[in-house]
Amino acid sequence: MSAVATILKPIMSSSIQSQGTAEVHPDVLLVERARQGDVAAYEKLVRQYDRQVFRIAQHIVQNREDAEDVVQDAFLKAYEKLDQFQGNSKFYTWLVRIAVNEALMRLRKRRTGKMVSIDEDVETEEGSMPRDLADWSPDPEALYGQSEMADILRKTIQGLPPGFRVVFVLRDVDGLSTEETAETLGLSIPAVKSRLLRARLQLRERLSRYFKKGEGNGSRAKLGQGGVK
Amino acid sequence: MTCTEFLAQLDDMLDQDAALPLRADLEEHLRECEHCEITLNTTRKTIQIYRSHEIYELPDDLRERLHQAILAKCRKC
Repeated sequence: MSAVATILKPIMSSSIQSQGTAEVHPDVLLVERARQGDVAAYEKLVRQYDRQVFRIAQHIVQNREDAEDVVQDAFLKAYEKLDQFQGNSKFYTWLVRIAVNEALMRLRKRRTGKMVSIDEDVETEEGSMPRDLADWSPDPEALYGQSEMADILRKTIQGLPPGFRVVFVLRDVDGLSTEETAETLGLSIPAVKSRLLRARLQLRERLSRYFKKGEGNGSRAKLGQGGVK
Repeated sequence: MTCTEFLAQLDDMLDQDAALPLRADLEEHLRECEHCEITLNTTRKTIQIYRSHEIYELPDDLRERLHQAILAKCRKC
């Protein structure tokens, strides 16, 4: 039996045993094959999660070239560390944790060595109480074209601190649970909940500038002038 | 229930995690407070809009280039 198989066997056995008759997640089987050198199995994992990893990287580094590097480095590092994947969390959350760390390192390089953490700029009172309480148009998405809407959403979320952005994206866009988000980012559950609430409220407040009743064409001018601050 | 107390439970309302007695209190507050109703509805819409729009597309050509680069490095490991 190879060294890899020796390491693998206890992990797989305990995983299957703990789940009783429950099916093993397909990712776990792909990881097992990849550990044994099956690059095609790893390619399936790359194809499954590359878009999400790219999205998370973009949200953190806010730069396409750096996001490309983060995707490459994260998948390569994950491949090198497959033996460390315990199987008691989802492969995706394990992978995202690696990608978030890579993205933060990339930011640090860009800022010439200044420390960057997921806690940066989160001590803000903004968003703790809604101010703009105007109702929105019944169908705000009809006010803007597809690319214009994407532009608004990008500009709006870019105004949030990175620690809020990444919690919002993992929890609300990717659909991870609060517990998975906390595990992925190395945060406590109360910290995730607090950041999520403030991220949601800040985004809502900023989007109100574009979506409130009677807006639309007027807001387009604002967008052109960099309306979200 | 005050608006501040409602706001503290907003995520539970959005995620439908509120236990039954609390949920009843929250819904009663909503019936009486237009501001909190707007906040809840527009925050819910915020999440839905972000979920339904991919704002950072990964173009197919870039995707293929990234795959080739990643897998080439993996094969050398």
